[in-house]
Amino acid sequence: MDLSEASLRELRDALRSRRVSARELARFYLDRVAAHNPALNAFITITEAEALAAATAADGRLAAGEEGALLGIPMAHKDIFCTEGVRTTCASRMLEQFIAPYNATVVERLRAAGMVMLGKLNMDEFAMGSSNETSHFGAVRNPWDLQRVPGGSSGGSAAAVAARLVPAATGTDTGGSIRQPAALCGVTGIKPTYGRVSRYGMIAFASSLDQGGPLAKTAEDCALLLEAMAGHDPRDATSHPEAAGTFAATLDAPLKGLRVGVPEEFFGAGLDPEVAAAVEAGIRILAAQGAVIKPIHLSNNAHAVSTYYVLAPAEASSNLARFDGVRYTYRAAGVEDLTDLYQRSRYEGFGAEVRRRILIGTYVLSAGYYDAYYLKAQQVRSLIREDFRQAFAEVDVIVGPTTPTAAFALGDKAQDPVAMYLADIYTIAVNLAGIPAMSIPCGFTAGGLPIGMQLMGNYFTDGLLLNVAHRFQQETDWHRQRPALASAKG
Amino acid sequence: MEWEVVIGLEVHAQLNTASKIFCGCSTAFGAAPNTQTCPVCLALPGALPVLNAAAVDKAIALGLAVNAQINKRSVFARKNYFYPDLPKGYQISQYELPIVGKGTLTIALPDGREKLVGITRAHLEEDAGKSLHEAFSGQTGIDLNRAGTPLLEIVSEPDMRSPAEAVAYLKKLHALVRYLDVCDGNMQEGSFRCDANVSLRRPGAPFGTRAEVKNLNSFRFLEKAIEYEMERQQDILESGGKIVQETRLFDANKGETRSMRSKEEANDYRYFPDPDLLPLVFDEARIGAVRAALPELPDAKRDRFMQQYGLPAYDAGVLTASRAVADYYETVAVGVDAKMAANWVMGDLLGALNKAGLEMEGCPVAAEKLRILLQRIGDQTISGKIAKDIFELIFAEGGEVDAIIDSRGLRQITDSGAIAGLIDEIIAANPQQVADYRGGKDKLLAFFVGQVMKASKGKANPDQVNASLREKLKAGSQ
Ligand SMILES: [Zn+2]
Repeated sequence: MDLSEASLRELRDALRSRRVSARELARFYLDRVAAHNPALNAFITITEAEALAAATAADGRLAAGEEGALLGIPMAHKDIFCTEGVRTTCASRMLEQFIAPYNATVVERLRAAGMVMLGKLNMDEFAMGSSNETSHFGAVRNPWDLQRVPGGSSGGSAAAVAARLVPAATGTDTGGSIRQPAALCGVTGIKPTYGRVSRYGMIAFASSLDQGGPLAKTAEDCALLLEAMAGHDPRDATSHPEAAGTFAATLDAPLKGLRVGVPEEFFGAGLDPEVAAAVEAGIRILAAQGAVIKPIHLSNNAHAVSTYYVLAPAEASSNLARFDGVRYTYRAAGVEDLTDLYQRSRYEGFGAEVRRRILIGTYVLSAGYYDAYYLKAQQVRSLIREDFRQAFAEVDVIVGPTTPTAAFALGDKAQDPVAMYLADIYTIAVNLAGIPAMSIPCGFTAGGLPIGMQLMGNYFTDGLLLNVAHRFQQETDWHRQRPALASAKG
Repeated sequence: MEWEVVIGLEVHAQLNTASKIFCGCSTAFGAAPNTQTCPVCLALPGALPVLNAAAVDKAIALGLAVNAQINKRSVFARKNYFYPDLPKGYQISQYELPIVGKGTLTIALPDGREKLVGITRAHLEEDAGKSLHEAFSGQTGIDLNRAGTPLLEIVSEPDMRSPAEAVAYLKKLHALVRYLDVCDGNMQEGSFRCDANVSLRRPGAPFGTRAEVKNLNSFRFLEKAIEYEMERQQDILESGGKIVQETRLFDANKGETRSMRSKEEANDYRYFPDPDLLPLVFDEARIGAVRAALPELPDAKRDRFMQQYGLPAYDAGVLTASRAVADYYETVAVGVDAKMAANWVMGDLLGALNKAGLEMEGCPVAAEKLRILLQRIGDQTISGKIAKDIFELIFAEGGEVDAIIDSRGLRQITDSGAIAGLIDEIIAANPQQVADYRGGKDKLLAFFVGQVMKASKGKANPDQVNASLREKLKAGSQ
């Protein structure tokens, strides 16, 4: 058995039948991390000792006859989730030394399920970025081409899963931060319905858009992970009372009669022809399984990026105010007074992209600009929601490209924020509406880079999306491709 | 031409919930710094607020008590500014859609008239922590125990026209929050504090530019601060100057206000709806449940006291100004003459408390004890004068009324034989005065009464002494 290619079910079976112990499994993946992370930079913190201790504990639970779908299986968290006793940096100098005194709900739930955390994954600083180049800890490399970006902000998560450094990872998605890197790294990731997964202990970027979710090799793995992650959390007022769900049981439901909407707006100018061709081929695979394909319109999608870049920075400017140099954050040395403490700690503690968004957000909320920017953007957000409402009156899922292009080169868009923002042109509307969406591998460019297909569903149809994705993955093997990693030790 | 002062008040009442407004930490006052904190009120990364339902019910109760519109949908907003004791860098408050809308409060003016003061709104928000400057040389300590304590900010219309009206409004609101048990009303600890917006105008003219005096935590400070502002603004206006719209602080030691910051320097708070909290939505049933649990309110209680106890309006007003005093009175008045009870509570008791600097809550004489004391007057066991001595004694030292009467031999002498004996002795000892009285100097009766009372050590029943003396002095003249 190739442990690095095994699905979560196969790993569970191997653990239960004692063909492998949780400790051996943790050791196996820690060795892969040690071999390949220096080239990829997917991890910010590797918690080897804690992982081996947790694996030993999982072996004890297995020996006691406990049965859990995830018991003893290694994983890693995006470094945006607070982990008790292990530093949580959000890839920022601001939190370089921050050790959380508590666990995020997601961390707690996966721990309780017996998963073994190997470490904390790299990301764009405070999840602000689409290339993982804004990390204080350096860019993550795309395992398919080390000169290219893995996408962002959950770039470390996608790269780690693609390189088989972990069988599963958590990510967060505010404007595409799970789906875009999943697409660029050739893995499967789902952004659940807003309110499905608790945000407690997940460091806030834009509270009304942020949603945690899993990245893994397959839809089936994501379904098992999401079952463990989802659930109502009384500590998060935006957590939905019926957030819990079962997703694995319905994975095999046939697609016959499934109404699939294809938005014309997702296939216009700016879409790379290779990506378009791969997604169109993917849609034909769904049709071949009996799905009914319908052209639809999401006419306000054109406004999604600009709406997002008003609302997300507005919320971020306030969410990031707590990082002020007073308590647990980076504090500038030799400050003269309180104002100096604030200004220099925040100037030195935050990177350029974070500072840019705080400035934008502060501006759009300012007296005299609020109505023209923030309020207007909220109105457009309602229109975008309405677009989806109308679309889902006619179709069950919407399918399109996840990204306009495959992975771009490191440094390509780093100096052009607007070009970078347009990398999320197909993913952002989903967050503004709060609906679930996922990205699954659907092909490769001629240059050998993965291409992602996006599935979008109505509120709380996360299970249906996973079902469609799983059926798609029964017919294709794009998700089984893995990058050839150049490592002597691997 | 006269100036007219225009006053509006913003009152911050700390709601006396057991836990904070957005987390489960205790709100108890006086704990060691930062011991009543958690990830939420420390604003650790990733921590989220969850609304405390008890704070909402208390806000609804206040709203109902001032006949206000209760908004079944209200929205929490973030007020953004940087300050070390504001750990999130924003305060969660309510801005455009507060939980309580327009209402009214009736106040009694010193001259006995009543006035209706408009209430603009009341909204829920969280308190900040405290900066500690003492004991940290060159540094500032931060105590976040208070951070997240629920506040209800009650904003009045600019309806008050004198410092006395402002004080009457604040006192009425103070009584109300304590009646409702939504706030402990402790002004020294800052549980109930107010900001005053003060401006001057010529009567009938549009409102003038106002100054806002912050953080007044006593009725007297409110009065002094407004009086000072009136003089200050009048001087400026009459010397042709202009009032600057600004925030001012009251210096209680100097009795004056001084500028804190002008409007130009004021923060742009960048209010926006808090995305961590859904809009606060509730139905009529919840309002109904709070309404059903409301206690009798001051105005209703005052009317009842006039009817049930036959008290004059003034007495009823004084006795119902605080729920504690009203409850005390009603305990005393059982089986005791209602007016006598009122006189004792308003006069002796409140006087003694005032002198001792105590609130009713700290009263050393239980209402049941005062009731027994007054019953002993009623059943002629002691005289009113002796009762006052006993009251002073138990107020200062404690003790039981009947035990003191017995152990000190204070029981009133009502035995007519014993009284007659005393009178005979006094008549025999003062032949000249007896002769003068009988010669027409009626005023000397008081002298004889005094002598007899003195001889009885104050215990002889004064009515009996009086009657018996008249009789005997008259008898002897025949
Ligand atoms: Zn707390």
